[in-house]
Amino acid sequence: MDPPTGTRNPKKSKQRSKRHQQPQLFDDTSMHPPAGTYGQSPGYPQTYPQGYSQGYPPQQAYMAPGTAGYPGYMPTGHPSEPAQHYGEQIFNDPMAAMAVQYGSNLAGHGKEYVAKNIDKYVPVSRLKYYFAVDNGYVGKKLALLFFPFSHMDWSIKYNQHEPVAPRYEVNAPDLYIPVMAFVTYLLVTGVVLGTQQRFSPEQLGMEASSLLVWLVIEVACLMLVLYIMNMKTDLKYLDVLAYCGYKYVGMIAVAIACMIFNNMGFYVALGWVSCSIMFFLVRTLKVQILPEAEADQLTGSKRRIYLLLLIAILQPIFIYWLTSGLFSYRPTLIGKMAASL
Amino acid sequence: MAFTLYSLFEAALLCINAVAVLNEERFLSKIGWGADQNRGFGEEVGVKSQIIDLIRSVRTLMRIPLIFFNALTISLLLVLG
Repeated sequence: MDPPTGTRNPKKSKQRSKRHQQPQLFDDTSMHPPAGTYGQSPGYPQTYPQGYSQGYPPQQAYMAPGTAGYPGYMPTGHPSEPAQHYGEQIFNDPMAAMAVQYGSNLAGHGKEYVAKNIDKYVPVSRLKYYFAVDNGYVGKKLALLFFPFSHMDWSIKYNQHEPVAPRYEVNAPDLYIPVMAFVTYLLVTGVVLGTQQRFSPEQLGMEASSLLVWLVIEVACLMLVLYIMNMKTDLKYLDVLAYCGYKYVGMIAVAIACMIFNNMGFYVALGWVSCSIMFFLVRTLKVQILPEAEADQLTGSKRRIYLLLLIAILQPIFIYWLTSGLFSYRPTLIGKMAASL
Repeated sequence: MAFTLYSLFEAALLCINAVAVLNEERFLSKIGWGADQNRGFGEEVGVKSQIIDLIRSVRTLMRIPLIFFNALTISLLLVLG
């Protein structure tokens, strides 16, 4: 009955059918214990049969501390077997089986309901357009965010009423850059706080929550203003989210400048980034908000201009507000090192 | 400042509660923001009528979810302090 010791076939030992008592590389969790060969007392580790495991001391050593402690240990040799038997008993019980089935039914219904209604709140089919970017687009957009003054043509050449994948059109909004910039800004904040000796992991979570809250407030206020002023634009809330998220790229630059050059760097970076973001947003949104003015009444266009200016003014305010937590008058470590050079 | 998502939820809940308690006949009509006071004009869709519509729709739609959210928040605050 004992298999020859030196002739184990590794492939065979990986099979799940454990009819043969091959020494195995894993714990045997099947129903049927290998018959006949074990039958020992709980002093099992010591009396491990000779036919097995001359090459498997690790397995024996692994099993030994586990098996020694089981009070109701069935002397058939595999510690996970009692658990397996109890598991089997649960599913044999008809009441429990019915309960499991009812629960899975309920979960299925819930999933259906969510799938039907998710499209109202999070337009999933449109969402994928915002992430259809490629390297060229990301590079051009980042350059545009930092230096928008030389770009001439801001119009979106595709039909406005259907979503356009940003990889075909540089001026289209996307959600990839804002999401990446958000996470990167959090990490850069962690680094800056670390150089100022005031980092702790909870800070990252608090900063993330704060940023998210301000983003939600900003997007909600803008959508509210758009609704109340009754401006029919093509801007859905995902677009507004994207445009409000572009300032995180600038904030990364401000944070890095704050780390390397202290006060001066912070203000210079803040000024440059504010100008860029304001110019970028005004030029981009002018195309999307203002052309409706020809079809609308005359008072509409003045409101739209005010809205544009409001969006533009909000950005530097937010950038300053959100990065002012990083800014301290204490010279940072890098600043000290740079000064001592 | 340290904003958590929970404080956002609380602030939103309080704002929606504030809008929901504006009584139609006792208050809004008195200040000329009643629902029937702007229905006459067809074309004029001004700021005021939009706000009136917004208030009315919030009061209609959010009554029952508000009951649920308020109960949830109150019990959470009672338990967690």
